[in-house]
Amino acid sequence: MSGIANAEVEIRDRRLKSIISFQGKASELQEYSEQLKKPDKDRCFSQCSDCAQMCAATVCYNVRGAAVVVHSPMGCFANNPQIHEQIKNSAAGRGVEAFKAQIICSNISEKETIYGGLKKLREAIETAQERFHPSAVFIQSSCAAGIVGDDIESLADEMAQELGIPIIPVFCEGFKSKIWSSGFDAAYHGLLRKVVRKPEKKQEDLVNIFNFLGSDTFTPILEKLGLRPNYLVPLADIDTIARMSEAACSTQICETLGTYVVDVLEKEYGVPKIHAPAPYGIDWTDQWYREVARVTGRSEMAEQLIHDEHERIRPELEELKKELSGKKVYIYAGDSYAHNMASLVTDLGMEICGITTLHHDMRTDGKDVKNSTLNEMIRVAGDVENFTVCNKQPYEVIKLIRRTSPDFMIVRHMNMTILGGKLGIPCLLEGEINISAGYDGLLLMGRRIRDLLKAKGILSTLKEYNTFPYTDWWMEQEEEYI
Amino acid sequence: MGRIVQEAKYTCALGAQQTVLGIERAVPVIHAGPGCSARQFAYMGPGSGYQGEGYTGGGQIPCTNSSQNEVVFGGEKKLGQLIDATLQVMDADLYVVLAGCTAGIVGDDVKQTAKNHAAEGKPVIGVDTAGFRGNNYVGHELVIEALINQYVGDREPEVRKGLVNVFSVIPYQNPRWRGDLHEIKRLLTGLGLEVNVLFGYESGGVSEWQDIPNAELNIVLSPWVGLAAAKLCEKKYKTPYIHEPVLPIGLKATGAFLRRVAAALRMDETAVEGFIAQEEARYKKYFVSLGDLFSDFASYLPYDAYIISDAEYGVGAADFLMKELGMNVVTFYEFDEPDASAKQLVEQALSAAGEGLAQTLVVEGDNALIRADIAEKIAERKNKSLILGSSWDKELAEQTNSILVYYGIPITDQVVLSKTYIGYAGALTLIEDIYTGLFRKGMITNTTHGEDDAI
Repeated sequence: MSGIANAEVEIRDRRLKSIISFQGKASELQEYSEQLKKPDKDRCFSQCSDCAQMCAATVCYNVRGAAVVVHSPMGCFANNPQIHEQIKNSAAGRGVEAFKAQIICSNISEKETIYGGLKKLREAIETAQERFHPSAVFIQSSCAAGIVGDDIESLADEMAQELGIPIIPVFCEGFKSKIWSSGFDAAYHGLLRKVVRKPEKKQEDLVNIFNFLGSDTFTPILEKLGLRPNYLVPLADIDTIARMSEAACSTQICETLGTYVVDVLEKEYGVPKIHAPAPYGIDWTDQWYREVARVTGRSEMAEQLIHDEHERIRPELEELKKELSGKKVYIYAGDSYAHNMASLVTDLGMEICGITTLHHDMRTDGKDVKNSTLNEMIRVAGDVENFTVCNKQPYEVIKLIRRTSPDFMIVRHMNMTILGGKLGIPCLLEGEINISAGYDGLLLMGRRIRDLLKAKGILSTLKEYNTFPYTDWWMEQEEEYI
Repeated sequence: MGRIVQEAKYTCALGAQQTVLGIERAVPVIHAGPGCSARQFAYMGPGSGYQGEGYTGGGQIPCTNSSQNEVVFGGEKKLGQLIDATLQVMDADLYVVLAGCTAGIVGDDVKQTAKNHAAEGKPVIGVDTAGFRGNNYVGHELVIEALINQYVGDREPEVRKGLVNVFSVIPYQNPRWRGDLHEIKRLLTGLGLEVNVLFGYESGGVSEWQDIPNAELNIVLSPWVGLAAAKLCEKKYKTPYIHEPVLPIGLKATGAFLRRVAAALRMDETAVEGFIAQEEARYKKYFVSLGDLFSDFASYLPYDAYIISDAEYGVGAADFLMKELGMNVVTFYEFDEPDASAKQLVEQALSAAGEGLAQTLVVEGDNALIRADIAEKIAERKNKSLILGSSWDKELAEQTNSILVYYGIPITDQVVLSKTYIGYAGALTLIEDIYTGLFRKGMITNTTHGEDDAI
């Protein structure tokens, strides 16, 4: 769909038929996806999830020079200084200047839920202008603002006129979508509508990389083809974002993150997207290199490069495989990112004893379902017997982990590793995910897992001292969720 | 209340989920949108000295993850299903349903729904803690009130002599709450009392709550938080209360506090004085043992203090810094945003604690504005300063060459377990942390000089 003119992008629940529960084999989920058959059975017991606003934050909190007004009560905002540290660390990793996040909260109280919150929102935008002199202002909506019905769009247009900078509404109200990744789309949609311009010129060597905060992994990766990464959106400034339409092509570190934005860029501005899974693991990196080379007219360079790179990493990879081969891993991460991880660990010779993805997009924007990252994963890693989809739900995952008894886990989010920890199982927290990309990312992953396995000691103490809050009744039930 | 905030020192009323988690084997059941609970945990768990999820917190918290359907058609049915399932899945002694913004605006009756789904031996209560109703101090008060009304309920008290309830610190929001409650319990037990501290590892969990009506006396240990609970108990159970607005820190305040408690209970003076004398003797020896440092480096010590704190901890700190460490409290920034009557209580408490202290009070919920104000004042006064602050203030301390002690939330670069800054034991730890700050930039010797004139 090309609904860029609409204030809001359709949520993934409808646009991509995304789901949050499934149990079976990976291949069965692929079949369900191809036939658009919903395996979803609603839970009557669920544990707290995440929301779209949190995902939107990963896009708009880190734009250089921009400000964010979180139009919500304090709970959706309550922040801490880690936000500045994250930017600082990532900036250091990329060799660019650090800056401070510029975020404020309108602090909606009871009065605004009765009389509307636009007055306070205006005041917050004016405060942001006064304190930060930003190059743009994002407005993050919230459940309270959304239900009350504040006309954020009109106020944004009005104030953009007044202040002469883009004011970007992001409709990421938590209750609207069961799929928190809808928040990525909401933030990108705001940027696509209010900031991104038609290209004045093309930059033939520039590759859009949609990513999170993270280090500069893609310069060495793309240099080999004579290309440069255009890291989007975190750490980029508004002008760089406005000119993302000038790039030669677009790609992403995870399809779950970039599906919407790369598709719109292709359809609206003719920026081709890379029809290959993200460069995680050898086969996927090969495919990715070939496709990037083809789209940028460098095909003749690709095969030699791939050959040389395979040779370069072979000795260390062999060493790592000797140590890690046969180790059992459980992957517990966001949809496509879990597939990325499966691709990686397969190259390290490890056995995937189970995968839980936090949701599943049955469709990818503008792409044949046959080429889904799930299907690509099955192709490189083989079918996965224990494949589940659930939005965190430790009461469910604890059973899956106990049944499959992995040596370690790969986990993408904070506050999810603790489940493995309490079971005495080391978890690799994939917080910074750029570093796992490319051939070197594979080696690094191997080294990190080697170190991770040393955590067994302290975690076995944790396991010994811990008590889980689940009833015997529940732990004895056959079914994984209710 | 509800002013624009850049650097948060508190969260919304739903933050009271952490109050529930402060009671052993109690589980919050959240009726709100899908991200609300995780946000509260991130701010008050890892953001408050790396306090983890513990037994039932963090990602384990049951939640309706309310979506469009519940907003359009109401969410009571879904909540009812969740409660039923929670009673089966989660092994706990008490279940507290907390409504967030979605349920609050739609108007779901969580109290009634909770009541309808309670089962034998499985108490369930419901509280509307929608985020827009106020901050987590308000949320904490709402939960305490609901616990007394709905869980403890109407009861004929069987008063036990020497039993007291203490309404004091807010779990998790105050990063040292566990250690603080330990010290409070230790002190009052030392007097010979039986103590319900209601939260933390040394409380008996729900049994202490059930025991509330039987107390001989309630102690409110805070300028305003907990006062409503004591008044409610007075009405319901005829329990008298004493209001102790100064959280006791150090020898002078702690002794005075213990004597007032003893007096209110007409306790035997000899025993009380015996305990106090023993504690004081030990305390004084420690204090004197640092006398060499105070004396040697008298011209390097901080004498200006800036306190960034909620009312409870701030009043206690102001009292201690002034009376025992001889500091001049320049400004006490109170961030918990009390309403007008609560603010009056804080002012009264400060006035009673020391002359001029009430004039140092500034109510401000945005740490960004607080930081800017401190920077300005230090530049003007040019004195070596102590900042009782948080991880927000690291850069400020660096730039002004001040001693920073992490006093409140957020704390993201220090691990806090059983630490306390209150009572006798806590004050000694606070002294350690303040004066260790002298050496932040390296050793000070008899040949060190001039460095601080650069402020």
